[in-house]
Amino acid sequence: MAKKSIKIRAKVKGDVTTVKALMNHPMETGLRKDKKTGKLIPAHFINEVKATSGGNTVMTTYWSGAVSKNPYLSFKFTGGNKGDDVEISWTDNQGGSDSGTAKIK
Amino acid sequence: MNTNMKRRVFLKGSLAAGTVGVAVGAGLLAPQAVMAAWPKAAFEAKSIEDALGGSLGGKQTEQSDDIKIKAPDIAENGAVVPVSISTGMADVESVALLSAGNESPMVAQFVLGAGGVADVSTRIKMAKTGDVVAVVKSGGKLYANRKSVKVTIGGCGG
Repeated sequence: MAKKSIKIRAKVKGDVTTVKALMNHPMETGLRKDKKTGKLIPAHFINEVKATSGGNTVMTTYWSGAVSKNPYLSFKFTGGNKGDDVEISWTDNQGGSDSGTAKIK
Repeated sequence: MNTNMKRRVFLKGSLAAGTVGVAVGAGLLAPQAVMAAWPKAAFEAKSIEDALGGSLGGKQTEQSDDIKIKAPDIAENGAVVPVSISTGMADVESVALLSAGNESPMVAQFVLGAGGVADVSTRIKMAKTGDVVAVVKSGGKLYANRKSVKVTIGGCGG
């Protein structure tokens, strides 16, 4: 089983659920040079993050390599209830992907 | 003999996979098949107007103070600049985040789905002191606001 790379916290207050997610990823821009070889380190970054809850896609986020390493994402949506699942999945520009789920507290 | 053949096929397979991986990473193989709707034109544009035209369907934006950008006045570390964007506008379809001082200004796009609220946060790399620009698409129109952030150490590894 691949190591899970996403930490998720989801909390509902009134009608609004706030989700905070921290993903593990190098987020290489493709502009950095490897100090030893002098070659450019190829771009390797999460380019799409999808969040779903209750069968709906609540947020789709597109990123470039300019998002910081180990990217943090926080967003809000309405209509979530305590105990519902929030699933966050990401794909990167090299075809990698991962996903994680958390319950709304 | 059998093991040899298996080994050859395995090596061949992993070499091929490795090459594909490197090629995609190097941008040689157009990764359109790999990535769903990643707005390539927007993220590769070198100017803010082109970035907006490349994905949000328009280049003109209307300045709006109803878009709140929360970001440090001075970013100690340009590699990790926390930015939050929120707006009370109704009918928000998407929020775009750009860093005017980066080579490719478009950094992130948040497309709100069912029940999405226009309040998003993330951390970005800023190459140098410049404006963080937030563009909100609401009711088919683009609204923008910007905030200047001073960067002491550039965040793109340069």
